[in-house]
Amino acid sequence: MDTFFDTFFLYMALAVGIILLIPFYRVYKGPTLFDRLLGVAAVGGKTITIVLLFGLIYGRLDMFIDISLGYAILNFVGVIAMTKYFKKSASDY
Amino acid sequence: MENFTIIQDIAAIALMLGGVFFMLVGSIGINRLPDFYCRAHAAGKVDTLGIMMFVGGMVVHEGFTLTSAKLILIIAFVAVTSPVATHALARRALLSGLKIWERQEPLK
Repeated sequence: MDTFFDTFFLYMALAVGIILLIPFYRVYKGPTLFDRLLGVAAVGGKTITIVLLFGLIYGRLDMFIDISLGYAILNFVGVIAMTKYFKKSASDY
Repeated sequence: MENFTIIQDIAAIALMLGGVFFMLVGSIGINRLPDFYCRAHAAGKVDTLGIMMFVGGMVVHEGFTLTSAKLILIIAFVAVTSPVATHALARRALLSGLKIWERQEPLK
């Protein structure tokens, strides 16, 4: 049963990695600045799950869980700092 | 005890597959919806639900340990911060004068 879950987690990591590439199209092509920031926030949210999956694959979830919590806090603080920073009108970007 | 393990595995697999499905729907919505505010709708709700279901599947797979308590902490953190970040972005976009999308031709 353990080997089944190992392969299952591997395929889940592959699926999440492919899903994580989809919002990069919005980051590349977004008409406004806020579309790009939204895409970056979506990628950062999925990074949490992929770091946790790496922890499950390597069998050291107790160590990777702190790293993923750090990623979550960094993502949140980054978005809040960006929204405080860009105060000009949207047509300037 | 054997039945409980099988139920636990099935619940973990179902939650993880549901989480991957919702994350896929959220990513497609970020690309396909017509406006920034509609895209914020996709990123703020569907993606959050996907991440929460995925980490919930990990909690079910892990069992009753300290690690699963930390995973529940991550679920609570994501449930609070991801909609707050999306709301802050949408509020900044509205305050800086981004136009709201309207349908080009009127509905019949």
